[in-house]
Amino acid sequence: MSELARLVEERLELRDGTVRELRAGELLVDARTRDLRALAKAAVTHLDARLLSIFASDERASHGRFTVQHVWWLPSLRALLRVSAGIDPAQPSFPSIAAKYPAANWFEREAMDLFGVSPQGHPNPGRVALHDDWPQGVYALRKDFADDTVIARVAGDFHPFRPVSGEGVFQVPVGPVHAGVIEPGHFRFGVAGEPVLYLQMRLFYVHKGIEKRFERLPWRHCVFLAESISGDTAVGHALAFAHAIERLASIEVPARARALRVILLELERIYNHVADIGALATDVAFTVPASRAQALREGLVRLHERLFGTRLLRGTIALGGVKTDLSDAGRQELLAHLVGLEREFDHLITTLIDAGTFTDRVDATGILTHQAARDLGIVGVAARASHVDGDLRRDLPNDAYDGLQFEVPLEDGGDVRARLMVRARETEQSFRIVRQVIDTLPATALGASLPAELPPASSALGWVEAWRGPVLHYVATDEQGRIARVKINDPSFLNWPGLIQAVPGNIVPDFPVINKSFNLSYSGNDR
Amino acid sequence: MFSLLANSLKTGIVTEATPFGQPAPFGFPLIDFARCTMCDECARACPTGAIQSTTPEPDRRRLSLSYAACIQCRECVSACPEQAVRAGAHAEVAAYTRDQLQQSAMFVADSASGGCTLQSVEVHAGPGLEESAARLRERIRARLGRSLHVRQVDAGSCNGCELEIAAASNPVYDLERFGIHMVASPRHADVLLVTGPVTRNMEIALRRTYEATPEPRIVVAVGACGCSGGIFGEATYAAVGGVDRIVPVDVYVPGCPPRPSAILNGLLVAMGRREARVRSEARGA
Repeated sequence: MSELARLVEERLELRDGTVRELRAGELLVDARTRDLRALAKAAVTHLDARLLSIFASDERASHGRFTVQHVWWLPSLRALLRVSAGIDPAQPSFPSIAAKYPAANWFEREAMDLFGVSPQGHPNPGRVALHDDWPQGVYALRKDFADDTVIARVAGDFHPFRPVSGEGVFQVPVGPVHAGVIEPGHFRFGVAGEPVLYLQMRLFYVHKGIEKRFERLPWRHCVFLAESISGDTAVGHALAFAHAIERLASIEVPARARALRVILLELERIYNHVADIGALATDVAFTVPASRAQALREGLVRLHERLFGTRLLRGTIALGGVKTDLSDAGRQELLAHLVGLEREFDHLITTLIDAGTFTDRVDATGILTHQAARDLGIVGVAARASHVDGDLRRDLPNDAYDGLQFEVPLEDGGDVRARLMVRARETEQSFRIVRQVIDTLPATALGASLPAELPPASSALGWVEAWRGPVLHYVATDEQGRIARVKINDPSFLNWPGLIQAVPGNIVPDFPVINKSFNLSYSGNDR
Repeated sequence: MFSLLANSLKTGIVTEATPFGQPAPFGFPLIDFARCTMCDECARACPTGAIQSTTPEPDRRRLSLSYAACIQCRECVSACPEQAVRAGAHAEVAAYTRDQLQQSAMFVADSASGGCTLQSVEVHAGPGLEESAARLRERIRARLGRSLHVRQVDAGSCNGCELEIAAASNPVYDLERFGIHMVASPRHADVLLVTGPVTRNMEIALRRTYEATPEPRIVVAVGACGCSGGIFGEATYAAVGGVDRIVPVDVYVPGCPPRPSAILNGLLVAMGRREARVRSEARGA
């Protein structure tokens, strides 16, 4: 039995042999549902655990039960902890931990919406994923629900938004079709003149049934589905899915592919951070740097196309490796591009933060306090801008990240400027990472050979720190080795509640820039 | 202020004179049906069903390829043992109907040898390009002229298409110089630029946006998902599929995602200012 498993048993005060180290960095506890709360408390108190996911599975056919799993990140132990508990289909409920750990809030409600397992003691057990015209008692992710079932809409008066009252107080509804070229969602601002008193949001307009679709497609095709979970995170999601499959089937990825994956993930980070920084300038009408950033972003995606064949790096990640090699000429071109980009990027950031008209709009705008970020379980860029440390590339490294020299920048302010500066400094670190990897590309194959079938009745986690934050995939197979369940965690799902906290007290015209400073994915959230 | 000006002057003009016609590393697949043996490897490799092999009659086999559903993943190119599937270099594809994006070939199956012989290649069903173009031009000629106001509607996209639509406004492509303006409301718009797959939860919003757009209104469907549901499929519990399942579509711009020049091309086709091209082409052609 592993040292790590023993240590976790000790801290969680569990009997010997209850914690299994399934594979490197992945621990599993089979718990009873009634112990879930105590285990959550022990994990947070004694292991400094942070919640990354809660999800249900329908195992009625094989084991006569539903299950619910908590996935905790244990930064100090460089491990993820899965706490799994069976749910009796005759009494489909499980104890909620949302009152104590708000990060659990939407996860538990989503399990209720899609599996019909209800979180007992949840402070607000309303629907989150399902819209109001979906009928009661129909659960799309249960195994006895076919994915091509078309469900008639239920008529009625829907979704009571929380009312606001008082002299001069009113509501501003926005969306789902927005004024800009962005994804759909509904925001409702309770305002008194310009200042926002309260923000409510309604998401899941772009719920495409992706998790269900994974169960239907042949597993080798699923990497393309993963690329389309959130188009701006094609590498991040494809890679997290590939990791889950590779861990599940014990596939060893060759060293050159691991190094190229680092380059791809960092290129995705760079182009998104550059675009987001430009978009912040756009949202405060500072057009010169906005245009400059757009041109830099265009230069990057064209470089991607020349080096790897696609502008947004689609079709670059393969299960077991990567699809495209980087030639010597390609390496030189990439390095040369970075030299020019670094100079331009530096100039872009200086232009922004030296302009009083810009800093006036972003300083102390949309503050997410450190305490709120911790309490809500915020992750990624948004967390680091509120001085919540954590980055899976450093804390739970895979591919070729272990041993690389880079820093994880933190900011204290929690405002729009802090989120901008985290992006700026991360981009500089990405330049550094790419240079380290590109100099030592090992000469191996680009991919491992894949088994004909996946191992039956197995499950595994796969993760990466994508540009927005941690992306975590859970993949489980059935008795025949077919994909039985995929749970997708985009960092947006954990971070949307952060936006709700950051907006009140600001004026409505600052909402776009605050929203952009988080830049969360609707598609990644809604799936 | 002065440094901003100085820097702008130093940078100069980054806008490309013509953004069209640059060869893409991978446009869409091209099938040389004469070399095809109907082994079905490409159809099995295709994750979206863009390539399909069917047996319409006991001694007939049919292979069809639709760019509407193609996500340009290149799996068919590497799967074909006969090198009958090649990478096309042309990615600026637009069509007036879904059918125009489809090509297929009929084969005669020899039951004794198991081999297949090419019988006929069918380019597309439905109205021809010229007929469709004339019909569209007739609708828009009088009112829209050379200026087009566009409202973008994400009806279920993964946001990949949104990234490339936004890029069409960047200084390199600069779509405004073509008289195209992105507007904030459907009530100001001539064109809806719609990405999909249309989800159950966006279906009503899409219908209402369409109804809020004054006549004559043009709908351009963008991306594999907008054209056909793409990798997410059609008629699932959560996604209806292609935009034309909900509102009439005038121009289809396939791709996953289509590059900014393809989106721009699609809008100019909708204005009647560029000819639709529905085939990728061989390199150097």
